[in-house]
Amino acid sequence: MNDEVDQGRRHFLTLATMATGAIGAGFAAVPFVASWKPSARARALGAPVTVDVSTLEPGAIMTVSWRRQPIWIVRRTKEMLASLAQAEDRLKDPSSASSDQPEFAHNNYRSRKPEYLVLVGVCTHLGCLPKTRFDPGAGDGVGPDWPGGFFCVCHGSKFDLAGRVFEGSPASANLRVPPYYFPDDNTVLLGESGSAATGVA
Amino acid sequence: MANGNETEPSKAPATGLSGWLEARFPGHKFVREHLTGYWAPKNFNFWYFFGSLALVVLIVQIVSGIFLAMNYTPSEEAAFASIEYIMREVEWGWLIRYMHSTGASAFFIIIYLHMFRGMLYGSYKKPRELVWLIGMLIYVLLMAEGFFGYVLPWGNMSYWGAQVIVSLFSAIPGVGDGLAEWVRGDYSISGITLNRFFALHVVALPLLLVMLVYAHIMALHEVGSNNPDGVEIKKKKRADGTPLDGIPFHPYYTYKDMVGVGVFLIIFCAVIFFAPTFGGLFLEKPNFEPANALSTPEHIAPVWYFTPYYAILRAVPDKLTGALLMGLAIVMFFFLPWLDRCKVKSIRYRGTIYKVFLGAFAVSFVALAYLGLQPAEGLYVVLARLFTVIYFAFFLLMPVYTRFEKTRPVPERVTGHA
Repeated sequence: MNDEVDQGRRHFLTLATMATGAIGAGFAAVPFVASWKPSARARALGAPVTVDVSTLEPGAIMTVSWRRQPIWIVRRTKEMLASLAQAEDRLKDPSSASSDQPEFAHNNYRSRKPEYLVLVGVCTHLGCLPKTRFDPGAGDGVGPDWPGGFFCVCHGSKFDLAGRVFEGSPASANLRVPPYYFPDDNTVLLGESGSAATGVA
Repeated sequence: MANGNETEPSKAPATGLSGWLEARFPGHKFVREHLTGYWAPKNFNFWYFFGSLALVVLIVQIVSGIFLAMNYTPSEEAAFASIEYIMREVEWGWLIRYMHSTGASAFFIIIYLHMFRGMLYGSYKKPRELVWLIGMLIYVLLMAEGFFGYVLPWGNMSYWGAQVIVSLFSAIPGVGDGLAEWVRGDYSISGITLNRFFALHVVALPLLLVMLVYAHIMALHEVGSNNPDGVEIKKKKRADGTPLDGIPFHPYYTYKDMVGVGVFLIIFCAVIFFAPTFGGLFLEKPNFEPANALSTPEHIAPVWYFTPYYAILRAVPDKLTGALLMGLAIVMFFFLPWLDRCKVKSIRYRGTIYKVFLGAFAVSFVALAYLGLQPAEGLYVVLARLFTVIYFAFFLLMPVYTRFEKTRPVPERVTGHA
């Protein structure tokens, strides 16, 4: 019987046991961490929805709910579209370079068809719901140079009629554009981008 | 603790049930080390009530919380209605709920005063840095606990408050959106989020809080309490090894603190009975309507105890910078023991410059708390920016102004001794 302790061996075994234990703990943590991800039911409830836009008048907005977020569909008039160019020098991100939108909406109108604007109606600052201020000119919260757009009363962020954020707003990004396409002229399908061709009427 | 114990006359081994227990459980030892044989400075003043008061409120919150959980339903469909049920139909339910909601605000008033006491008398300084750090950890967990609790009634302010706070995660570049979705467990705040916040609020955080409070007190008793003179009482001892300026915590401070608890309970009950919503500060008006994902309250303002940080968040016209500054405003407290270079602990003997800076800090903290409740526009934003600068100047300039501070001589022993 040898009473002497092999310190090197003991040190190695201690380290090896600790490492094995740590790896095991890491694997055991996976189910718990993953259980916080959206469940199958939450994912199913977040599936795409179809919206009938045949009754939407020019200049009007309709709000539908998708994934509990209000989705705005605005049918923009010629004047509204013209207003987009007016205030471009006062925008934080006029070309939407650092904003979140599907590739098809990465244009000056931020939409598939210039006429129809589809936006997630949630402020990119802290998630409040901006209000519509379509009429140009001064009103409460906005100045006389207001070209029309959306105004968030929570923290004062301002967006134009393409959801692009104005300088001086606490929000840094333009309003998000959800994935969508037009299966036919009167229907919007929210939640999927479709193929590149779909929706370009 | 070494001091005190050895002076107690050695007793004959106790007999009966008490003796049987003593031989098997260190109950007497615990009482001796932390109450009858814990020597505290004899010059504690008004500011020293808040530690024991915080403990009392923690117990109030745990007990009232357990009874609320018996009638509360943590589900999207039933949460709001179950609060109404508690308020209208459960016998004395209104009292238990108002105890809990008023207790939350009382907790933060007490903790803020307790922290300010530490800043007045330099209680965070060597050798009490760890006491301060554990305390700050308790403070951060308490904020999380308060936030989760505020979501549970599932009123509209609960919902939108949660939406705003969780979306702060999405400010982190790259992983932000995924992280926010992971925290919510859904694409926006939903019943899934409510259920996990409930689990955290009633099980996870209370357990952690109780463990940390225990660690806070153990760490304090290891190094001994500071006092309004900032003098280490262990330096001057009697022949028997007990500090000259110390008195046993029990009975002296247990009885003194009971007076504090009495006064506190009078105020606490007055609020519960006569002003439970405290003019919309303790319970906000928009929370009396159910959560609605499609309608934001006019002004989303968190409960008052978060508003200083909320004002800092809104003062910055950029989301990521705002969120970072907000986090930094809290993190700053953790570095206090190392930012302060002055050897003198108590404000009584410190220089004018520290008094001015601490005063300015206290004013800006209160001012930011007020501004966080106001809409983010015009003069309010300008003022919020000004006070944010003062807030950070207090911490960031501290290594400079405390080094050249003109202090007064610190007495050998605590003042006012016989």
